[in-house]
Amino acid sequence: MNKRKYKNIKSIAKGYAFIGINLIGVLIFWTIPLIFSFVISISKWDYSKGIKGIAFKGFSNYIEMWKDEWFRASLINNIIFTVSFVAILIVLSFIVAYVLNEHVIGKKFVQLGLYVPYIVNIVAISAVWLALFSTNGPILNLLRKLGVENPPVFISDLHWALPTIVLICVWQNLGYTVILFLSGMINIPRDLYEAVAIDGANTFQKIRYVTIPMLSGTTFFIVITSIINSFKVFGLINLMTHGGPGTSTTMLVYNIYRTAFQYGKLEFASAQGIVLLAIIFFITWIQFRIQKKNEATC
Amino acid sequence: MKKNHKIGKIIGTVCIWGIVILCIIPIVWMISASFKREADVFAVPFRLIPDYLNLDNFKEVWFGKYNYALMFLNSIKVTALSVVFAVVTSILAGYGFSKLKFPGRDKIFLLYLATMMIPPQLLMVPKFLMFKEMGIYNTHWALILPAAFSIYGVFMVRQYMLQIPEELSEAARIDGAGDLRICFQIIAPLCKPALVTLVILFFTWSWNDYDNALIFINDKNLYTINLGLVNFMDETGLKYSLIMAASVISILPIFIIFLVAQKYFIGGLTAGSVKG
Repeated sequence: MNKRKYKNIKSIAKGYAFIGINLIGVLIFWTIPLIFSFVISISKWDYSKGIKGIAFKGFSNYIEMWKDEWFRASLINNIIFTVSFVAILIVLSFIVAYVLNEHVIGKKFVQLGLYVPYIVNIVAISAVWLALFSTNGPILNLLRKLGVENPPVFISDLHWALPTIVLICVWQNLGYTVILFLSGMINIPRDLYEAVAIDGANTFQKIRYVTIPMLSGTTFFIVITSIINSFKVFGLINLMTHGGPGTSTTMLVYNIYRTAFQYGKLEFASAQGIVLLAIIFFITWIQFRIQKKNEATC
Repeated sequence: MKKNHKIGKIIGTVCIWGIVILCIIPIVWMISASFKREADVFAVPFRLIPDYLNLDNFKEVWFGKYNYALMFLNSIKVTALSVVFAVVTSILAGYGFSKLKFPGRDKIFLLYLATMMIPPQLLMVPKFLMFKEMGIYNTHWALILPAAFSIYGVFMVRQYMLQIPEELSEAARIDGAGDLRICFQIIAPLCKPALVTLVILFFTWSWNDYDNALIFINDKNLYTINLGLVNFMDETGLKYSLIMAASVISILPIFIIFLVAQKYFIGGLTAGSVKG
């Protein structure tokens, strides 16, 4: 009995020795900050006194933050951004992947080329697009040549800034999403296509009745991850527009950064962070629900 | 029918190649501009290869007064240490979660899975305050330590190790090998594809990390390449030829790895998702 107990303790010790280092790191850099973040969001803080200056305040930060015009704007902008970004990205990458899977010469090279923007760091991306969109830059020059008299100044135009950001994000993520779709399409059995071809289906019917239903799992996954990622956009905004002009391109994470590090309102920033977490949890929860439902019907 | 198919193939190829060219134009433009004189950058008509081709921009960026070389080296240091630590802790914990049995193991793993959902930017504020208390704010450790404990890495190593038959560890154990030895000399070498992928992923994340560096690094001598590039843009104003040369330098390491190990690169970045 004693010997068994000893062996048990030994195996526990060994197990925790292996996961220990990582576990401590995860606790320090993920779990504790998360709890801390929540604590800050429900407190009133006298920064001059350091950690001791934290006093419980309740949930009023969550109500007061709505008075901030920038927060409301970032929530609305982020939703507009998410919907347009995800819709364009999914449709475009689906089409590209489909054509690429069916008939294209130099498939390998195409994949590499599409993938390049995805691995470039965000600062270099911002630098090159700022140059391309600058007043003397190639894009405005080209538009003037094509006869557009007063081309919009895209990034610094109140109405064009957000759509421009959407397009840059689509450009950046296209290759990655195409490869995800492709890896799903490769797994669709060829004889399914042949079967509907015998029934006289044209290309659009093939896509409608074979490709789309067979890819529902992959598509669903891509939609969910794209939505989640679209709520994390930060670098591009901070580097290219600073949320402007006006509040036209501010987004949730950018506003958290702005509130915390430019205005020093850590409580509001934390409360906004918790709202972001709630949004992401909600989307993940929907994902689980739908996945479960699908498994049940299969 | 056959002829139809051929025409389809040609149209498809042309369209897709058009999209690819649109996609890489900004990058090609960046590289082209980095070799030009400032006056030629926006010159019309556009020339891919300028008449006056030169390396002056690169010389000025690298050896000039901007300390860009130092920031490049800072990034190398931060990235190398992050990758090494993250791979080692991922192997250890992955082994613990897949090959060892102990109470609480599965509950802790569930905690890991839940933690993966947390958007890292949500933790900007608390980490900023904690790092100040811990004394690692404005040091490279503020970038290395959080990267050294990767949840995703543990997850990936665990999944891979679960596929390795238990008999291998059993045989080694009978021969008298301890778990540490089994882990690093027998199991880990069998996980090579997963580990190569992880190295590439960790490298890309650390090298391209802008958010953390922005918040946790303040001292110009400690800037990593991304902050260096921003700083460079601020200091040179609108000298696009120099900015593009600096950008090219900043993407070079990733591009080299991408070209050498594209199979692992693309496989790795899509690995987590295909299973989902």
